[in-house]
Amino acid sequence: MGQSITVTVNGEQKSADVEPRLLLVHFLREKLRLTGTHIGCDTTHCGACTVLVEGVPVKSCTMLAVQADGQQVTTVEALAAGGTLHPIQAAFKQEHGLQCGFCTPGMMLTSIALLNEKPDPSDDDIRWALSGNICRCTGYMNIVKAVKSAGAQMRASAAVPEAATAATRS
Amino acid sequence: MAVETPLKGNIGDSIKRKEDDRFIRGKGNYLDDINLPGMLHMAIHRSPFAHARIKSINTDAAQAVPGVVAVVTGALLAQHKLAWMPTLSGDTQAVLATDKVRFQGQEVACVIATDPYVARDAAALVEVDYEVLQPVVTPQKALEPGAPLIRDEKEGQKDNHIYHWEAGDKAKTEEAFAKADRVVKLDTFYPRCHPSPLETCGIVADVNPATGHATLYMTSQAPHAHRTLFAIVAGLPEQNIRIISPDIGGGFGNKVPIYPGYVVATAASLLIGKPVKWVEDRSENLISTGFARDYYMSGELALRNDGRMLGLRVKMLSDNGAFYADAQPSKFRAGLFHIVTGSYDLAAAHVETDGAYTNKAPGGVAYRCSFRVTEASYLIERLVESAALEMNMDPAEIRLKNFIQPEQFPYMSATGFEYDSGDYPRAMQVALDKLGYKELRKEQAEKRKKGELMGIGIASFTEVVGAGPGKHYDIVGLRMFDSAELRVHPTGKAILKLGVKSQGQGHETTFAQIVTEELGIPAADIEVQEGDTDNTPYGLGTYASRSTPVGGAATAMVSRKLRDKAKKIAAHLLEASEADIEFDHGKFFVRGSPSKSKTIQDVAFAAYTNLPDGLEAGLEGVTYYDPPNMTYPFGTYLVVVDIDRGTGQVKVRRMVAVDDCGVRINPMIVEGQIHGGLTEGFGIAFMELITFDEEGNCLGSNFTDYLLPTSWETPKFEMGETVTPSPHHPIGAKGVGESATVGSPAAFVNAVIDAVGHLGIKNIDMPVTSDKVWEALNKVGAAE
Repeated sequence: MGQSITVTVNGEQKSADVEPRLLLVHFLREKLRLTGTHIGCDTTHCGACTVLVEGVPVKSCTMLAVQADGQQVTTVEALAAGGTLHPIQAAFKQEHGLQCGFCTPGMMLTSIALLNEKPDPSDDDIRWALSGNICRCTGYMNIVKAVKSAGAQMRASAAVPEAATAATRS
Repeated sequence: MAVETPLKGNIGDSIKRKEDDRFIRGKGNYLDDINLPGMLHMAIHRSPFAHARIKSINTDAAQAVPGVVAVVTGALLAQHKLAWMPTLSGDTQAVLATDKVRFQGQEVACVIATDPYVARDAAALVEVDYEVLQPVVTPQKALEPGAPLIRDEKEGQKDNHIYHWEAGDKAKTEEAFAKADRVVKLDTFYPRCHPSPLETCGIVADVNPATGHATLYMTSQAPHAHRTLFAIVAGLPEQNIRIISPDIGGGFGNKVPIYPGYVVATAASLLIGKPVKWVEDRSENLISTGFARDYYMSGELALRNDGRMLGLRVKMLSDNGAFYADAQPSKFRAGLFHIVTGSYDLAAAHVETDGAYTNKAPGGVAYRCSFRVTEASYLIERLVESAALEMNMDPAEIRLKNFIQPEQFPYMSATGFEYDSGDYPRAMQVALDKLGYKELRKEQAEKRKKGELMGIGIASFTEVVGAGPGKHYDIVGLRMFDSAELRVHPTGKAILKLGVKSQGQGHETTFAQIVTEELGIPAADIEVQEGDTDNTPYGLGTYASRSTPVGGAATAMVSRKLRDKAKKIAAHLLEASEADIEFDHGKFFVRGSPSKSKTIQDVAFAAYTNLPDGLEAGLEGVTYYDPPNMTYPFGTYLVVVDIDRGTGQVKVRRMVAVDDCGVRINPMIVEGQIHGGLTEGFGIAFMELITFDEEGNCLGSNFTDYLLPTSWETPKFEMGETVTPSPHHPIGAKGVGESATVGSPAAFVNAVIDAVGHLGIKNIDMPVTSDKVWEALNKVGAAE
């Protein structure tokens, strides 16, 4: 009854025999014990289970694990690589963009996808991009601030090597 | 270049939250993250009917599914005297239905299996033979003579009436009405809505078959109280029950009651001898656990022609569902509904409330509100708006004319509450100035001439929080105090253990800040622990904005207790008399010589190494704090809306929120909580509704039907503050978590009515959706 799949999760290849009906979110949480991805609604509305599949935000309660076979999946656990916080993580803390923290992993992953696509988003861009992620605690204002601030941080650090190169040339 | 001094975390410092690191790294530990070796999974078979007699239950097909360990029915529970449990309101509730089902989604049978998917498969195979009965879906119909009797199992229950309760002075109120120039009336409905924390409810029950010791990991806002209730419900010895409430993904009142799923999972673990996990899905959460509101309210205000209010008369009917399981102090049958006089100096008021059983889910919780304060605040603020409209007065002016004045505090309300402190005119003025009220009124007048609809809504709410004192407030008899235990280690680092339990409010940060303020230990050096009944002092939990008013006070008091002992040790170290020792920001010194001092860290080390004769070693203590009174946060919220005549769409252009919650411990966290509350208030006002059809089918059972505000609809908020400390709280703090859900729905609705009132539209009940607004406009010939 099982189907063999191999998924690259946070850079590591993971193989498992799974039931064809197993949801990706359960594969991540129960089989791989990556519990940072949360389940909030079961119907694709709340976004707490958002992960990146091939860099695209996907609600993992609406994707079967077998559909992720051969793909790259990124979860919240990958963000603080080497122990250093990702700019989005630092910004959520700095701007008080979370309270209970349950929606936070999904919010951050959606935000990263937005910032990759649009490094300097407007408030409306951010609000639109995050409209599939529900938060019940913070009222979104500080989340929007956090995404803006992370964007600025990411642009600045992306600009550093260029600036350094330019300085060397002159 | 100025050097910034790092914040130590004193009161007033917006330090970043200590708890955030684990959440942003995905290392939070929520209920569903808990997995124990050998753990089984539970799924619930729920009734498809709102009212039906159970003729038989056949579990054979479910039992036959490979992986199913047990199927639990009410009959099995009855053998262990667990088929019924007491509710928080002193009623009884079926754990699993045995005689009949009384609401759609009621728990009928539970399947325990080795895998959650299998448990669900098998739960769908439980066959129940129902004889469908006529459902009763409104409290009005429930109280009609001859209505089907919902609680026919209850001895002496002859109808669907639950309680009648009154407060205030009826005769005095009649007199006020007789003297009045005019009476303004408003009938309004505060619909059933749902707290919907993003994490649903759940339990991992682990009863050790050898020792009988039960470890219950539960989504609990009140772990200590739940332990006692479990001891009573399940008959387990209390000392053998440990409730651990891990990180909680939002509560808002939804995690105050005890639900059947908790009880069955515990019973199943006890019977099977293995850990059992049950986690609700979202639909289960919406249809069966802890709805809120559902109050039909009728208010009358007696006024003089100049707008002065003389008296208030209120009648209220609540829909309590099939079991009276409201979470509220047992001495107040309708919660704290008699705070209904709000911010106004009303000489006379009388409130009558009735409750009725219906075929709907039970468990009215106080969704981000102190028991029934939200409904009461909504009614008075809508009623004052109606008076302004009818008397053609400015809604700000009528409020200013009737506010309780700052010099009147402490103020005794007509329904018997002693308000601690307040300055209502000031809060309103700050809000009006911030908004630019006068200019906006001019803009509104000009727009009105052109036929455009613009409204300015006001709510100047007062609420009552911090449930205590214990002599007046209790949950099923447990008096409402709260506790704090503080241990300072030799190196001057501390652990603070609390009886309350955060669901995202930032306790690990703000409570550490209270200790910082009182003892001078930096907040970073203080570990705050909550939510483990074996490891924290007894407390009544976190809801009704009671953590800071009660648990925060306990923290300040225990810190002061330790400071007193620390003074003795400091006197010894400084070779001075204790009476001459002064304390300032973590330093002890002899009066007059501040340069020669000992730090709290020096003193802590001495508490374990170098004590004066006769003094016990250590620096630790515990305080159980019973507050002398509730606290009364207040504020003014202003909303500006534009309404489209063609679609009825209401666009919130601006929202200004001025809150006074007394002293702010961490202003960043306070503002964050207000943002969240305003968003939930916005959702309640415009979007959220749990509704039912005539058969009692719940029509809001998932987030497709039950609409929550997202980042796209939610307006931006402009914040303001005033600070009026509570005179009886040790640090002057009042509690703020629910102010915004209490105050904002009326501000939003008042803005809509302010925009359309001149057309003859006096009320639109929440949620104020576009279709309702358009219909109201169409009815008066004003729609496009």
